[in-house]
Amino acid sequence: MIERLVHWSRVKSPWVLHLNAGGGCNGCDIEILAALMPRFDLERFGVQLKGTPRHADVMICTGAITLQNRDRVLRIYEQVPDPKFVVAAGACAMAGCVYRGSYHTLVGIDQLLPVNAYVPGCPFRPAALIDAVVKLLNSVK
Amino acid sequence: MEYKVSLGPQHPALHEAVSLRMTLDGEVIRDADLKLGYSHRGIEKLAEERSYIQNIYLTERICGICSHSHTTCFTQGVEQLMELVPARRGLFIRTLIAELERVHSHLLWLGVAGQEAGFESFFMYTWRDREVVLDILEWISGNRVHYAMNIFGGVRRDIDELQRKKILDSLDLLKKRTDYYLNLAASEPTFVGRLAGVGKLSREDAIALCAVGPTLRASGIASDVRKDDPYAVYGEIPFEVATADSCDVLGRAVVRVKELISSYAMIEFLLKNLPEGPFKVKAPRKVKPNEVYSRYEAPRGENVHYIKSNGSDKPERLKVRAPTLANYPATIAMLKKGFIADIPLIFAAIDPCICCAERLVQLDDARRGDSRVLSFSQLRSMANERAKKIDFKKRKIAWPF
Ligand code: SF4
Repeated sequence: MIERLVHWSRVKSPWVLHLNAGGGCNGCDIEILAALMPRFDLERFGVQLKGTPRHADVMICTGAITLQNRDRVLRIYEQVPDPKFVVAAGACAMAGCVYRGSYHTLVGIDQLLPVNAYVPGCPFRPAALIDAVVKLLNSVK
Repeated sequence: MEYKVSLGPQHPALHEAVSLRMTLDGEVIRDADLKLGYSHRGIEKLAEERSYIQNIYLTERICGICSHSHTTCFTQGVEQLMELVPARRGLFIRTLIAELERVHSHLLWLGVAGQEAGFESFFMYTWRDREVVLDILEWISGNRVHYAMNIFGGVRRDIDELQRKKILDSLDLLKKRTDYYLNLAASEPTFVGRLAGVGKLSREDAIALCAVGPTLRASGIASDVRKDDPYAVYGEIPFEVATADSCDVLGRAVVRVKELISSYAMIEFLLKNLPEGPFKVKAPRKVKPNEVYSRYEAPRGENVHYIKSNGSDKPERLKVRAPTLANYPATIAMLKKGFIADIPLIFAAIDPCICCAERLVQLDDARRGDSRVLSFSQLRSMANERAKKIDFKKRKIAWPF
């Protein structure tokens, strides 16, 4: 019973953590914020942006992981309680974008963390992020 | 008794992931130190491995808010190296995009400043209107963030009659809304009172620490690359350099609002005087050995690219100095003698890029030897608590519009 309640609330109101892995241009970060703003209003799906990893269910990662930030990203990932989901948002998080071949970034978040959903685009449109979140929630159901 | 606070590296009000160590005495910041390098991506090295054309797209991705600034700065420099005179219509469109970018960046900033001052609905309002600018940019270029408009010799896309009309229409809407916000801010003494007197940077300090952009202009120095060293078509556009004398966050807000208004006028001027003719000219692929120093007034201040060519189709060296870097020493000076609760506001005042996600601040209390973790929202509510204690009637600070 409790389990079902937890599951239901997880699907109906996922709390997200927005994590900038460092090696991006923050175009994607701004688009995530734009998705939460009145025009796109991601919050109507119950999504709420959270500040600490311990409150989050879904981690939205933008940007490629820089070597200096690598351990921090791992630590933040470990702090998210199970079951956790990772969304790799933007070309940087997916495959390194223009920074491919740089000496200081990893080629994509999935080199370090298991990823549940990818949002392509440099940057993606806010609508694409909404689509990804809805698809992720449907797959969890 | 002093104790140390570390802030970041994942901090929302900072443009890049930066770690800040502060020495505190009670609530007052005595000393601050910055640690950089968390979002180092090796762009300058990557640039050496790519051709000039590829580098336009690389420099665009230095920053997601002032993407056009970096490409324009780079393109201008390379055009000088190529001894290429770009098409006049192309220059007009380039300038137009630059001003639109300034509008969207300043609107974004105003919202963030509003949020840090505890005026959340202001944040929602300005971000809603920012979408109008983004729509315009999307009509012109096809993308909301990375417009990829610049090419050597002009721009990639032309503006047609219909777009011109649509932009002018949207501009009217923006002007109306901006006026409304001005009145809103003016009739909200708490908002003005919260910003006034925070993050002081005297005129002398601003010069000594090489601050740039609105941070410098808010300390009463009328320095603007668009005026001092006109590039593109800024030499022909009539405009005033916006300044303020209050040397604090309020002054920085005033400068940005004034720039918003002058940007609207500039956009109108550019659209009305758009010359006929081609919007791009053909550019050579190889560049003679030479070096160039290119300046550009980005929304946050002077942006500098140094490019050295060696005769091939790749640059030998590209050096980028973004405005935020130039503002770091000034930030440290502003933080000193400030309050912990003002940190978000002071940071937001120089450069607010990634703003809403909350991150952690850890307070280590040396007296008791324990440590406390504060989330950004706690920090913000501390800031709001402090604001409540200010007696606004006594301070008599007026919104200067
Ligand atoms: S995917 Fe593109 S917009 Fe997003 S962070 Fe990377 S470079 Fe910036």
